[in-house]
Amino acid sequence: MTETSELQLPEDRPLEIAGRVYQSRLLVGTGKYRDMMETGHAIESSGAEIVTVAVRRTNLGQNPDEPNLLDVISPDSYTILPNTAGCYTAKDAVRTCKLARELLDGHDLVKLEVLGEEKTLYPNMTETLVAAEELIKDGFKVMVYCSDDPLLAKRLEDMGCVAIMPLGAPIGSGLGIQNRYNIRLIVENAKVPVLVDAGVGTASDATIAMELGCDGVLMNTAIAQAKDPIRMANAMRLAIEAGREAYLAGRMPKKLYASASSPIDGTFF
Amino acid sequence: MQVQVNGDAMELPNGATIATLIEKMALAGKRLAVEVNEDIVPRSRHPEFTLSDGDRVEVVHAIGGG
Repeated sequence: MTETSELQLPEDRPLEIAGRVYQSRLLVGTGKYRDMMETGHAIESSGAEIVTVAVRRTNLGQNPDEPNLLDVISPDSYTILPNTAGCYTAKDAVRTCKLARELLDGHDLVKLEVLGEEKTLYPNMTETLVAAEELIKDGFKVMVYCSDDPLLAKRLEDMGCVAIMPLGAPIGSGLGIQNRYNIRLIVENAKVPVLVDAGVGTASDATIAMELGCDGVLMNTAIAQAKDPIRMANAMRLAIEAGREAYLAGRMPKKLYASASSPIDGTFF
Repeated sequence: MQVQVNGDAMELPNGATIATLIEKMALAGKRLAVEVNEDIVPRSRHPEFTLSDGDRVEVVHAIGGG
């Protein structure tokens, strides 16, 4: 980990993704909530401006009165980020993105994720690279879920991905950031935003990601599966802000031994 | 004629368009996207796009996801 010298504080640049500036550095998913109302309230409480959705078949036997997710999370109020969750091949991911673009009237920002296997939902990076190339060629702005390999992250950036989103831990695991050093290396090498996507379990995990210099964090389960999702959404909002502030402030160096906070001079004993 | 809609067989009158199908599915006016044989059919073309026997149609929408 690099030492932060007093004179070299990180620059406080706003979060800009594909040419648009965002105030919130917390991106949230819309899955696993009890109902649509809870989804809406939690997202409001999180302060997120970018919200992910999945694209799925419309059920033939669906209740026509059931509210549509995009009525609750309106594209007029939020940047909708369709994902390719559930795709295990580049081909399926590209198809999903094209359907999403049609669904969202030409909106071309997508979250690409190509999964490798069901048990870990770890990204299949070879398929991810193939899909990213094809999508970028087709005009999509690709935010890419990826492994925390600094070289692959750089390659995705060089290809033209608009944001690099390494996992902190497996999707939905809540294990927190498992390899801080890799995340830090990816942040240092990148000129596009780096967001931890997946693995956050509680507020301190989100703070750690931000303290490492990440530009944002994308999470879903940590909020949706909390006992009180609306309160956890607020906790995450605060955690992201705290971590960002701490990163910008530049933390003190770690030392093995104590260093007294009160002066030694002037003691009367 | 018979088409596959979201993986299930469906009987439609000859000459049925995507708009006909969407109406039959009680989805008219909903925000959705349609693919026929793995090609997107833009919303503006739904009224004129005639389906053929054996077409594989996908009708999708946005749902909660991370």
